[in-house]
Order: sequence, then C-alpha cells, then structure tokens
Amino acid sequence: MNRDLAPANYLSEGAWPRAWLLTTDHKRVAWLYLVSLTAFFFLGGAFAVLMRIELATPAGDLVSDDVYNRLFSLHGIIMVWFFLVPSIPATLGNFLLPLMIGARDLAFPRLNLASWYVFMFGSLFALASVLLGGVDTGWTFYTPLSTLYANGFVSTAAFGVFIVGFSTIMTGINFIVTVHTLRAPGLTWFRLPIFVWTLYATSLVMVLATPVLAASLILIVLERVFGIGIFNPDLGGDPLLFQHLFWFYSHPAVYIMILPGMGVVSEVLPCFSRRPLFGYKAVALASMAIAVFGFLVWGHHMFVSGQSAYAGVVFSFLSFCVAIPSAIKVFNWSLTLRKGEISFETPMLYALFFLALFTFGGLAGLFLAALAVDVHVHDTYFVVAHFHYIMVGGMVTAYMAGLHFWWPKLTGRMYSEIWGRIAAAVTFIGFNLTFFPQYVLGFLGMPRRYHTYPPEFAFWHILSSAGAVVLAIGYLMPLLYLAWSLFRGARAPDNPWQATGLEWQTSSPPPAHNFDRMPTVTRPAYDYPMKGLTEKRSDPVEDLV
Amino acid sequence: MKSPMTSIAFDPPARETAAASFAMWVFIGSEAMLFGAILLVFMFARLSYGDAFAGAAKHLSLPLGTANTVVLITSSFAMALAHMYTAARRWRAAGRALAATALLGVVFLAIKATEYAREFGEGLAPVLGAPFIYKGPDPVHAEFFFGLYFAMTSLHALHLICGVIVIGGILALWPRTIEASRFRRVQAIGLYWHFVDIVWVFLFPVLYLINR
Repeated sequence: MNRDLAPANYLSEGAWPRAWLLTTDHKRVAWLYLVSLTAFFFLGGAFAVLMRIELATPAGDLVSDDVYNRLFSLHGIIMVWFFLVPSIPATLGNFLLPLMIGARDLAFPRLNLASWYVFMFGSLFALASVLLGGVDTGWTFYTPLSTLYANGFVSTAAFGVFIVGFSTIMTGINFIVTVHTLRAPGLTWFRLPIFVWTLYATSLVMVLATPVLAASLILIVLERVFGIGIFNPDLGGDPLLFQHLFWFYSHPAVYIMILPGMGVVSEVLPCFSRRPLFGYKAVALASMAIAVFGFLVWGHHMFVSGQSAYAGVVFSFLSFCVAIPSAIKVFNWSLTLRKGEISFETPMLYALFFLALFTFGGLAGLFLAALAVDVHVHDTYFVVAHFHYIMVGGMVTAYMAGLHFWWPKLTGRMYSEIWGRIAAAVTFIGFNLTFFPQYVLGFLGMPRRYHTYPPEFAFWHILSSAGAVVLAIGYLMPLLYLAWSLFRGARAPDNPWQATGLEWQTSSPPPAHNFDRMPTVTRPAYDYPMKGLTEKRSDPVEDLV
Repeated sequence: MKSPMTSIAFDPPARETAAASFAMWVFIGSEAMLFGAILLVFMFARLSYGDAFAGAAKHLSLPLGTANTVVLITSSFAMALAHMYTAARRWRAAGRALAATALLGVVFLAIKATEYAREFGEGLAPVLGAPFIYKGPDPVHAEFFFGLYFAMTSLHALHLICGVIVIGGILALWPRTIEASRFRRVQAIGLYWHFVDIVWVFLFPVLYLINR
C-alpha cells in the first residue's frame, strides 16, 4: 500500500495475506475491522435506500409488504450489530487505544485477532439468513412474533448476533485490562484522553450488557429449535419477559454506540479550537455516569407495553436523569469553542455537525422520555427520527470526524481537504433532509415499519427520500477520495493537526512496535495551545490550489 | 491495580500474569450478568406462579441434585489444591489435582444426564416436541418451570463442559508449558471453575430446595 514510503512502518512489514490475516498487531486488526465494517455499512445503507425508494410513493409499488419487512429488519440488524456497536471501538479504538496510552499493543493481542474472526463468523452466519430468505422481525426480535409467527430465518440471524456478542465481549475485556495495566509512566487516570475514557466506559457496558442479550437470544433459539416455551404463553411463558431482557441490553447498547463518538469529538474540538477541553473531569466522569445510568432506563421502551404505571413513572424520571451527563458534555464542548482559535478542517466540520445533530436528537429523546408524549408518538417515525439523529447524525458523523482526523496516522497519507469539506457539507444537508421530515411525519401519526401510507403524508416522505439520495452521495464521496489518497495522497507529517496526545508523537504511519522510545507523560491532556507551535497554521485548501 | 508511576507496560511476563487474572475477573462479571438475567427471569416467574412452581419443583430428584452439589463442591476443592500445588511448584501433584477436578466435572455431567433421562422418561421434559405429562395443578405453568429448569441447567452444564475441555487442554500441554504460564493458566481456569461452581450453588436451592 505504502511501499514508496521510506521508513519501515506497520504497513510495510510482511506479505499479504498471511501477515494481515494472522497478524496480532492491533493496528492491522483495526484495518481488518475497518474493511469489513465499511462493507457492512454500505450493505445496510443499500437496504435503507431501497426502503426510501419504496416510500417515495404512497402505494407499495417497488417491493411487497413481506419484502419490505425483510428490508428494514436487515437494515436494522446489520447497522446495529455489524456496524454501529463495533464501529469506533473496533476500528479507531483498536488502532488508537495502545497509541494513546503509550503501549506496544493491547493486553491480549491474540484475543484481539480472535475477536475479528468471531465477528466475521457470526456476521456471515447472520448474512446467510439473508441469502436463505431474510428475517422479518425487525432488529428487535420481539416475541411472540419472532418465536411463533415469523416466517423468516430468525434462528440463524439471532444465532449470528449471539456469536458476534462474543466478539464484543472479547474487545471489551481487552480494552478494560489494557487501560488498567498498560498506561505509560505518568499517564494517570485524569491525564487520559477523553477518547480513552469513553472507550473504557463503552467496554464496561459491553462486558456487562452483552451477556443479557446473549441470554435472551439463547432463550429465543431454545424456543424455536428445542420448543422450550419461555416466551410462549401456550407453554406457560411470558412474551413481555423478552422485552425486559432485550432492552436491558439494548438500551445500554445505544450508549455503546454513542459514547465512543463523544470521545472522538472530545479529541477533535480542542485541537481545532486550540483550547484545552473545558471541564475535563466533568466530561470524563459524565462518560462513566452515562454508562451507569444507561442500565436503569430500559423500561422507557415499554411505556405502552402494559407495565405498571409506577414503573413507567420511575423509568421516565430515570430517563430524564440520563440526559444530565449528556447535557454536561454538550455544554463543555460548546465552552471549549469559546474564545478558541477555530479553524474548519474536515474533522472539525464533522465534529461541529455532531454537536448540532446530537443535541437536536437528544432533545427529541426528552420528548420520548415524557410518558404522555411517548404514548402519542410511540412506534411512529418520531422515534425513527430520534434514533437516527443520535445514531447517524451523532455516531456516524463522529465516526467520519475520527476517520478524517486520524486518517494521516492510519495511512501516512493526506486526503483531499476540499473534497473532505464538500462531503461533510453534503452529508449534513442530506442527513437533515432525510430525517427532519420524519419528525414531522411521526408527530402527524405515520407509524414506522409500513410500506404504504395515505397520500397526505406524501410530501414529507418525498422530502425524506430525496434526502436519502443526497446522504448516500455524501457517504460515497469519502469512500472514493479516501481510497484515492491511499495511493496518490500527499505524504502525511507525524502531527499534521499539531494535536496533543501520544499517538501524534510517533511517526505516521507508526512503526510496528508503536514507539521507538517509551513515552513518559508529564502534562495533562489537551495541553493547548501547544508551546512552540503557536505560529499560524497554513490553510490546507490554499496549499492545494 | 498498579500505580501508573510504576507501569509495567513494556514488561510482557510480569504484565501478563496480572492482566490474565484481572481479565478473568472481568469475564466473570460478564458471566454473572448472563446467569443473573436468567435467574431474574426465574425469580419473576416464581413470584408470579408460586404454587405451580412449588408443585413442579417437587418432581425434581433431590437425591441426585444433592449428590451433584457434593460432587461439584469437591471438584472445586480439588481445583483449590491444584492452585496451591502450582504456587508451590509441586507440578506432579498439581497435574493430578487438575485431573481430579476434570474427572469430578465429568461425574457431575453424568449424574445430570441420568437426571435428564429420568425426566424425559416421566414426560417432564417439554423439549423437542416431547409430550409434557403432568398430573399436578396448573400444568401450563409447571411446563414453564420445566422450560426454565432445562434452560438454566443446560446452560450451566455447557459452561462445565467448556471448563472440562480447557482443563484437558492445559493438562495436554502441561509438559511443554513454561512455569510462569502454568501458574497463570491454573489461576485463570481456577477462577472460572469456582465461578461455575458458585452458579450451581445458586441454581440448586432456587430449583430444588425452595418450598420443600
């Protein structure tokens, strides 16, 4: 890939395929994940595009209702479990965690590689269900639909997700142990970059929540394959139990998905405003608070399921509580920008878009946490819009910010700054065009998961479908110019953004052993503006012209 | 853990022993959530259908369940011995204690299999389309009890099978393993084995003893 680069680095050693498929280097495992997750992202995205094309007209003319059920199920299953949950931790986290704490590798390099194989095995198992004819339960596998009525390959898909859970737990254990045991001398807990804090919080949730998902999926497979009726009322079971178990995992899981994104933004914002992160300790501890509170709010997915009114009130209150640490973060990020020397490079654009979209989506979450409002908008496009503002507007945008921020470190190459900024803007416009109309649709009463709708909803649906096309272009552009930069991009300096953090002190791309000299940390994180680097940075767009 | 000022980051042998047992503890935390979730389901159902569950529990074999408890706790004793002998570098004794642990694990599985066979024979196993024949009151929720019983005990047995296989692997590689690794492995599998034992210590009273 980078054979023409002079110094030996982690990319140049060994020959494909052996040196990559049997590697235990965390940086190469990150690449294995990056390539497979990108494939899953575009596969899941393709299903979404098909859905939006179907919804461009009120009648069901492109696909049948049955096929539509399969489309949204596969979109959800692939995007949640095979992209969002592993996205930042397994790619950027895998690559950066050891670099950021000054270690040679993760605590268990072979476990790390094994986690990728387990991930691939499980995800291909689930993909097999697509080839066999699909799943029509939605990504939530609700019982009794999934156990008694679903006519798709539920067991295959559920078992695939179950296997991928092992990979998640492996990564979680590896990260926790690494952060505890492998920090460089002087790198105290409160000197850790926030990205490391959020990966740590994410790993805790991974390790403690994923087994509960495993339990619920085991029980589904036991019911479908062995006929043990835990969720089947005919056999004495209780279908609602599944929702409790499922959301006990899946609510914390949305924090698995968003916390690393918060970490990326906490790295990018200080760098491009040349200011230390405002309220470092509050942001670090807010990550832990989100991880803890996340376990106590699952019942807010079940306000209309017939749980007791008192349970509803308590879950509603706790859901408002979880907004507090998130708001602490948003305020601290905003105050970081204050009086900053802000510049708008591509990662910064994405980070600012994250800030806007996450705040907007988060506020919609408060609507949903309110009992009475939720009864009105439950199971409508309002929920879909809220979820996508956090997961796509928040998480995927943060992922793009991180990918662009650390791309020079990953590859040793610079991408085209102009194209980067254009793609960021296109994504932002396309995203809002796609998902803002869905808030309106949901509020007007359009239920989710229907492939036809009354003509009076057509205006908003057409806007949303048009936005999906723009969004798709916004996501395809980075695929092209980032791939192009691998071969033709300018060679990246060691620290192109003049950022703090240990990962920028080694070469780009780093050597296989990460650091030639063991780093020692004597300063707090985000020590901006950096001493001796205060001269004005040249404008990269100007340089290109 | 260690103070960051005395980090052992670039010292693989020392780091691995500390990291391996720490990782096993984290894994046990994860496993506790797995069994915890299913135990919670059971407790919820037990509170909802108390009489049916109490009646159904009487159809389990208390002698076999008690025997299994004794066998498993003894196996944990053997595992503790293996750990002590390994720490004392008495390798032959440690190997024998490990073998005894695995053997007792197999005895447990054999007794469990007998129990399953008995329940199948009496029509108490609502598995794989087998008919559920139950004379007592509220047979629907009694069937729920047996569904949970099979789910919980088979999941526990699966963990035990994994433990036996890993012990077998450690013993097979024993002569070719360096001393530091031997200790690390015995410590890790020991933690796991005791955890699986403790899970049974929860399952036994919850399934067999309540309302006797």
